[in-house]
Amino acid sequence: MKALLIGEYREGKLLDTTYELCGFAAQLGGESAMLLVGSEGQLPDYGGTLYLADAAACGEYNPDLHKKLILETVARENPDYVVFVHSSYGWDLAPRVAAALKAAQVSEIVALADGGFEVGCCNAKMRRTVKPATSKAVLTIQAGAFPVTRPGGTPRVERLAAEGSGTLEFVGYEPAEAKGVDLTRAEVIVSAGRGVGKKENVPVIAALAKALGGELGASRPVVDAGWVDHSHQVGTTGQTVSPKLYVACGISGAIQHLAGMKKSDFIVAINKDKDAPIGEVADVLVVADVLQFAPALTARLAK
Amino acid sequence: MKILVCIKQVPDMESRFKPNGSGVWFEETDLAFRMNEYDEYAVEQAVRLKEQLGDAHEVTVLSIGPDRVVEAIKKALAMGCDRGVHVQDPAASLKDPWQIAAIIAAYARDKGFDLIFTGMQSQDRGSAQVGVTVAEDLGLPCTTTLVGFAYDNGTITAKRELEGGVKGVVRVKTPALVTCQLGLNVPRYPTLPNIMKAKKKEIEAIPVGDLLREEARTATASFHPPAKKGGGIVLEGEVGALVDQLVGILKDKTAVLR
Repeated sequence: MKALLIGEYREGKLLDTTYELCGFAAQLGGESAMLLVGSEGQLPDYGGTLYLADAAACGEYNPDLHKKLILETVARENPDYVVFVHSSYGWDLAPRVAAALKAAQVSEIVALADGGFEVGCCNAKMRRTVKPATSKAVLTIQAGAFPVTRPGGTPRVERLAAEGSGTLEFVGYEPAEAKGVDLTRAEVIVSAGRGVGKKENVPVIAALAKALGGELGASRPVVDAGWVDHSHQVGTTGQTVSPKLYVACGISGAIQHLAGMKKSDFIVAINKDKDAPIGEVADVLVVADVLQFAPALTARLAK
Repeated sequence: MKILVCIKQVPDMESRFKPNGSGVWFEETDLAFRMNEYDEYAVEQAVRLKEQLGDAHEVTVLSIGPDRVVEAIKKALAMGCDRGVHVQDPAASLKDPWQIAAIIAAYARDKGFDLIFTGMQSQDRGSAQVGVTVAEDLGLPCTTTLVGFAYDNGTITAKRELEGGVKGVVRVKTPALVTCQLGLNVPRYPTLPNIMKAKKKEIEAIPVGDLLREEARTATASFHPPAKKGGGIVLEGEVGALVDQLVGILKDKTAVLR
């Protein structure tokens, strides 16, 4: 069994998610090699063979060229699996590689399963066990599902030359919006999710946050709907937080949200749905209508 | 300009799911179906582009599945798409992403679409494969996870959502395919006059057998709830009592309440 791990590099930096690929490879067993479109100055702590192309020359987002480099490496290494992180880089690139290899793709793996892979579905409420039906397979692993593992050592570098352009022109990065609220320093965060129903109900959650001496957070749907400003968003595309107390109000617990708050010291979830995935990470799940429970808790704390 | 938007009909995600007889997907009885949320942004962006370019331009909306998916197609028509295509497949839930992409590509191949919109993923399967795979199959340039879209004279300027709130700006020339992320725009609610108008719009029905020649590349072995990790306390009952219990636990377990 051999896995080709596709490392991640962005804005001139090797991303730590690269080491989650190593964690996955360790569970998988067998050999591995890594490919990185990165830089000589930032080699991963990885003692195996590293196929390295220069990001300054081929671009950090140039899927046509990255695909070509991966296919070239697959031809040399003949791996059973080509493994990406399920990220904006991985989910964009993996299907291109799978199509070119005529290989199965299994997306967003959360665990190894007997003879296959466990993936989430139905908004993380359910799981499927999926088996590739082709000899090679392209895999993406869920960010945060496998341990960050630094194998150590110095890679044996095989340099890849990249040539040609691509069909996409990368213009540049836009930095994250200035954070009006730095949730990463908050000791208590009370977050509003879709379960609060409408924008007019957000003050109920804000009042609870204040009563607990904390800040207001929000899940993505609430921010997309314009109920709460993006500066309050917790999750993969917002802020990653680890307060002493996190209270999730009417948040079902999409992966992207869980990844941003599951390291909190103590998590309380208030949700009508006993089966909501937020229950997976909650220390206490209060099964209740948040619009009844939150004001009652606020009133009690005011006493 | 010819525009195609691909949509999926999915169950309401607030539903409770249980395996069906096959053991590899959910039981549909008692579920309410709606348009995949990501696809609503795709439909909205396609309709906005038509509004920008004028009435001579046409938006086709395509969905694959049993007869119920016609409801999702009708919604897209009421939002402003011009014509619908229903690829009839009662067993669509058993197809893997590669086959779904192959069906769409087989339909689109000789139609000369300048731009194809899809959601970045479905809420139920969530593979995030179909859009990109259609593009690969058709040999079209493709970019994904759009939270910004502008079109001018054959060039798309797309804003991709990356991790941590950073965005990547990409330019691509049509013909192309783009996949849409939540928050790209604000999808409209169909108005009553537009719902009435949509009733007159054509929905072409194509049996899946006319389009699909590909075997699945993955197999689903089982569909099941996640193993409970346990440890968490579940509190149920009357609100006043719940408040007392929670306050007790917070005093006991956290330094936040004293």
